[in-house]
Amino acid sequence: MSTNDLPTDCRFTKDHEWARTEGEDLVVGITSFAVDQLGDITLVSLDAKVGSHIDAGKAFGTIESVKTLSDLYAPVSGTITKVNEALADKPELVNEDCYKGAWMIAIKPDAADAANGLLDRATYAAHCDAAH
Amino acid sequence: MEPHGPREYGRGPMSETPVRRTSLHAEHVKLGARMVPFAGWEMPIQYTGIVDEHNACRNAAGLFDVSHMGELELSGPLAGEVINERITNDASKLQAGQALYTCCCQESGTVLDDLIIYRAGEEAWMIVCNASNRDKIVGVFAAASKGRCEFRDRSDATALIALQGPKAFEVLDRAGADAAKIRDIKPFGFRDVVVCNVRTTVARTGYTGEDGVEIFVAWDDAPALWSQLLALGADLGLKAVGLGARDTLRMEAKLPLYGQEIDETIHPLEAGLGWVVKFDKGDFVGRAALLAAKEKGNARKCVGFEMVGRGIARHGYELLNEAGELVGVCTSGSPSPTTGKNIGIGYLPTELSAVGTKFLVNCRGKHIEAVVVKTPFITKKRPSSTSV
Repeated sequence: MSTNDLPTDCRFTKDHEWARTEGEDLVVGITSFAVDQLGDITLVSLDAKVGSHIDAGKAFGTIESVKTLSDLYAPVSGTITKVNEALADKPELVNEDCYKGAWMIAIKPDAADAANGLLDRATYAAHCDAAH
Repeated sequence: MEPHGPREYGRGPMSETPVRRTSLHAEHVKLGARMVPFAGWEMPIQYTGIVDEHNACRNAAGLFDVSHMGELELSGPLAGEVINERITNDASKLQAGQALYTCCCQESGTVLDDLIIYRAGEEAWMIVCNASNRDKIVGVFAAASKGRCEFRDRSDATALIALQGPKAFEVLDRAGADAAKIRDIKPFGFRDVVVCNVRTTVARTGYTGEDGVEIFVAWDDAPALWSQLLALGADLGLKAVGLGARDTLRMEAKLPLYGQEIDETIHPLEAGLGWVVKFDKGDFVGRAALLAAKEKGNARKCVGFEMVGRGIARHGYELLNEAGELVGVCTSGSPSPTTGKNIGIGYLPTELSAVGTKFLVNCRGKHIEAVVVKTPFITKKRPSSTSV
């Protein structure tokens, strides 16, 4: 994967989530690499509730394609501030627009600088190449 | 994001044994396939995408590499008898050029493998078995043949390409004068045919619920045949289809997959395969146990179901009654590209197996409503039963 294929305003996790800072929140979704690996997305279940607290690395939901089911992990610890309810009825949005319309949750991090601990574009691109 | 792959695609830890490749490996790579380990082989799980390939096979045609399957040959005056003693169906009725689907059971009546038996001549027979069961089935028939008939494992010399779908025969019409006559072969018939200038044996069998053929070809001739067929059918919508869509296609047709709907703990009667158990043909391995099971009646049945609530049933998920008590297990489940529903196959107690019965699927802690439905999930174009 080329670094240039990744959005410039996001940080990434080894589990193939992206996180974008919007105000006090980190908006979270999954990367195009993850979408490509999954194939046709058929079901997104976001179990996290707005107002609840989640620890980094804990599952906030699941995503399913024709063939597989994957957990979705919180990239940082914090309070869930938004959940993208539209994905329940339109899971295919993840295939169409994974970095914008198919955002999944927004988290207000416990530590304001939590995003700094996530991977930058070049490191994440290298991680994808190594995994492939 | 951490994938939980279904076990049939071997996403678990890689096994110690070296992974084998079919003679079509370079073709798959050329087509951009994603290769995965499967039953000791490196096989294409998908090329353009599971749904795209699935739809190509339902609406036009699909080409499948199934060279990993096992081909065993038995010959001699007693070969037919040897085979018939080891299978549940009755091969003695086959004429040369006819094949049948069957189970091969142990004494306990449970399934060692499902097979297709081909009678090539008066004293010449071929057995096709699942790749995952090849060693086991070679063991069974090598032992049964000892001192009675010739036995050879031809798997390493034999490639197998399936061409399936409503336009399969249109593709073959373009593959030479001999191939254009393939549509004369009756379901479960087979004969030697020259296809694209390659000597093959073509059988009108399949594992998709569509009409079509399976083509046996010498290991090293497979790439030339594969690439020519793909080119001939491109404008008709023919596409290469991987194991992912092979699974969704066979699931919609409710064709069993060994290791899921059938295994060494399940007997053919509860699997809905009573039609391949011929009690009146004489003795065979498993007959006594199956007769006892028949008299007792099935405690559980293999049913098809649809999810009512939002959820996808997967292999191994628990099935619960409406009180939430564990009553069965899901053996296969997936979104169905043809029907748009989330479908599943599984075992339920006989009293909960009637069409319309509601129950719950334990989708990783969430209890999602499901209902038993009539199967196959799709209306089949023709009764094409099954390959293995």
